[in-house]
Amino acid sequence: MADEALFLLLHNEMVSGVYKSAEQGEVENGRCITKLENMGFRVGQGLIERFTKDTARFKDELDIMKFICKDFWTAVFKKQIDNLRTNHQGIYVLQDNKFRLLTQMSAGKQYLEHASKYLAFTCGLIRGGLSNLGIKSIVTAEVSSMPACKFQVMIQKL
Amino acid sequence: MSRQANRGTESKKMSSELFTLTYGALVTQLCKDYENDEDVNKQLDKMGYNIGVRLIEDFLARSNVGRCHDFRETADVIAKVAFKMYLGITPSITNWSPAGDEFSLILENNPLVDFVELPDNHSSLIYSNLLCGVLRGALEMIRKLRYTANT
Repeated sequence: MADEALFLLLHNEMVSGVYKSAEQGEVENGRCITKLENMGFRVGQGLIERFTKDTARFKDELDIMKFICKDFWTAVFKKQIDNLRTNHQGIYVLQDNKFRLLTQMSAGKQYLEHASKYLAFTCGLIRGGLSNLGIKSIVTAEVSSMPACKFQVMIQKL
Repeated sequence: MSRQANRGTESKKMSSELFTLTYGALVTQLCKDYENDEDVNKQLDKMGYNIGVRLIEDFLARSNVGRCHDFRETADVIAKVAFKMYLGITPSITNWSPAGDEFSLILENNPLVDFVELPDNHSSLIYSNLLCGVLRGALEMIRKLRYTANT
């Protein structure tokens, strides 16, 4: 049973580690975000496998998204997603008003420009989880005022 | 009632697996970035150190452990309180040096290596090296506190 504090610290170390070994510039920033997102992807894939081993089959896409918002989010971040919106055409917006990975950073607009670094891993986590449930997607995140943030999931129809 | 209890232990298991899987992804990425195992070990140690210097504050705030009077007490606290609190395991303390300033911690089932298999071409990789860094960072912080208290 690993403690939450450990994961928080490890995650922050990973972000700073990835950025330390990169140089300045837009391209490098993009590469770092990609690296973090890919790590999150692998973890998401593994986690969702472990977690849905014994659950019933999902009825449809919305059911899967609700699972992500409730059970998956609770297991990973100890709380549920506060608000799920969808246009019923493959776009979902998950709103977390007190995102665990941002609460220690600031309560407002300070450090806003760095927030995306700390969201990349979680975007990958969602994408990886969905991928192993058979859904291909693109996940992005946006923050306007910490610690609230929104994750936008775009389902890719094959 | 029992269903709620199940949920509790399940979510604890999940957070442990989250940490294990994240650590695995990290080591995999480091192996890709650095060509040789020695560099990966060093990087893991450095990251562990940074985590350790912060973790010690969290530990002291939550554990209510008083000052340790000697190194043996410190070893006990590390194995029985700290490891239990953060990783849910209690390693055994063995191999004390004659001077009493060195000991070994043996982890019977290390949660970091669940689901992990090292391929043959990474034989000199110390997979759990992050833990060494964490211990180093945490203890260095306490030693520093000791110094300032004495002067």
